[in-house]
Amino acid sequence: MALNPYEIAKDFPILSRTIRDGKKLVYLDSGATSQKPNVVIDAESNFYKFHNAAAHRGAHQLAEEATDALEGARSIVATFLNAEAEEIVFTKSATESLNLLSYAMGNAESGSRFHLTAGDSIVVSEMEHHANLIPWQQLAARTGATLKWFEVTPEGRLDLSSIDSIIDANTKVVAITHQSNVLGTINPLGDIVKRAHSVGAVVVLDACQSVPHMKVDVKSLGVDFITFSGHKTVGPTGIGILWGRSELLNELPPFLTGGSMIENVTMTSATWAPAPRKFEAGVPNMAQAVGLGAALTYLSTIGMENIHAHEVSLAKLLLDELAHIEDVKVVGPSDMNLRGGTVSFTVGEIHPHDLGQYLDSQGIAVRTGHHCAWPLTRKLGVPATTRASLYLYNTQEDIQALVTGIRDAQKYFA
Amino acid sequence: MQLDNLYQEVILDHYKNPQNKKLSSSYDAQVHHINPSCGDEITLNVTLDGESIAAITWDGVGCSISQASVSILTDLLIGKSISQAQVISDSFMHLMQSKGTETGDEAVLEDAVALAGVSQYPARIKCALLGWMAFKDASVQAMAKNS
Repeated sequence: MALNPYEIAKDFPILSRTIRDGKKLVYLDSGATSQKPNVVIDAESNFYKFHNAAAHRGAHQLAEEATDALEGARSIVATFLNAEAEEIVFTKSATESLNLLSYAMGNAESGSRFHLTAGDSIVVSEMEHHANLIPWQQLAARTGATLKWFEVTPEGRLDLSSIDSIIDANTKVVAITHQSNVLGTINPLGDIVKRAHSVGAVVVLDACQSVPHMKVDVKSLGVDFITFSGHKTVGPTGIGILWGRSELLNELPPFLTGGSMIENVTMTSATWAPAPRKFEAGVPNMAQAVGLGAALTYLSTIGMENIHAHEVSLAKLLLDELAHIEDVKVVGPSDMNLRGGTVSFTVGEIHPHDLGQYLDSQGIAVRTGHHCAWPLTRKLGVPATTRASLYLYNTQEDIQALVTGIRDAQKYFA
Repeated sequence: MQLDNLYQEVILDHYKNPQNKKLSSSYDAQVHHINPSCGDEITLNVTLDGESIAAITWDGVGCSISQASVSILTDLLIGKSISQAQVISDSFMHLMQSKGTETGDEAVLEDAVALAGVSQYPARIKCALLGWMAFKDASVQAMAKNS
């Protein structure tokens, strides 16, 4: 069933405000962060109003309610991903999730499948967000392992032609994005997962740009770890998710240590609680986890297939319109095959910052720059691009507003 | 519209016809500065003649604000003494931090007052300052080399 973005937009209070002297807000920056529906704002607020206490601590009713709310949110996340609740780790962000993984692997002792030394390799791609590149660069630097990567073709696809030499017997980790935050490219994972598993490597999927926009089923993808952030899935900031296969989470050492992640502690040593608690030191971001639960429930009610279909139809419309504007060049796939609703482009000699500033004067919010994927924009020969990223509340009028804005900017800067 | 406060004609002129945008083969100091939030980059050469600024040349990529700002800077500072350049730089920094409350002293800043509107757009102040920070760095290095 097609969703109705006009009805959905009513759920998001910020979308009814105005920008720059009364202009209607056209929000095309959901790839950076999404807006929040009332159900999420209320869930977070109500946790503080009615249930706030430290989860997993205390023998009082509020502590029980806070624990139930936190664990309820964990179950919602698990159901959303077709995973088990004990495989869901709450972090503060996807960035922290990826750092958790890379630091925990760095803590692994000799004999562990996660233990890296000189001679081992970590594989990433040229289209990674800095958050799924730098933690692995750093892990390689700390352990002496080699960082290798898949290149990106001029069309903005992963070049998998050398997959067998890039992922080889020495590879321990393959960390790859599900959908590029710059290009909109959705990466085919089948061959990567198959090859990685055949050499005993684990596959880490940065799903920040896919989980909010399409059905992601961890069982059918076959990957080993998934990370995503709450704030890009109409949820709150300050909450991220790490999903990992049970047996792998059990084998992985902790990253942050401290309160509530322990089993037993003496003055000189400690042992760890089972996953996911082992990875959740300190009082967690409970209200944010509860808000994320409300967000995923909200998205599930609308249906991830409907959301994806809506974004694909808007992205197709945008690509068709951009193809008719002189000097506009799309950076990334120009067709909708394996592509989501993130569209980066350049407009002749107009610098993206200037274009973004002009669009802002018309109430249109886009992202400009290298989008935290500097090696990618360098590879593609564009120091910066303008990016429109779509979500469930965007409409055809938003696309038309952007197209009109680009044409008017061309006149303004002519 | 309000945007016209930002994109003054002088800025767009300098953007389209940047001054001294050709790196000299010799220099007393060369610096390379980057704006990590947007990826704008500049290479800037400074040549001194005693206490005076004999040449400033540069090359770079960036938005109209960053490119125009460095172009205006070269027009303004070439031929000035280091101490005069310091006064002008301080005046420009002050203007950029004024949040739109000041128009700038035209007797000191000349064409650079056209950038006053930038101070109303916090995200763009770094763009306007890219060339100025590069100059500051290069002039200090050039003086150290010649001392």
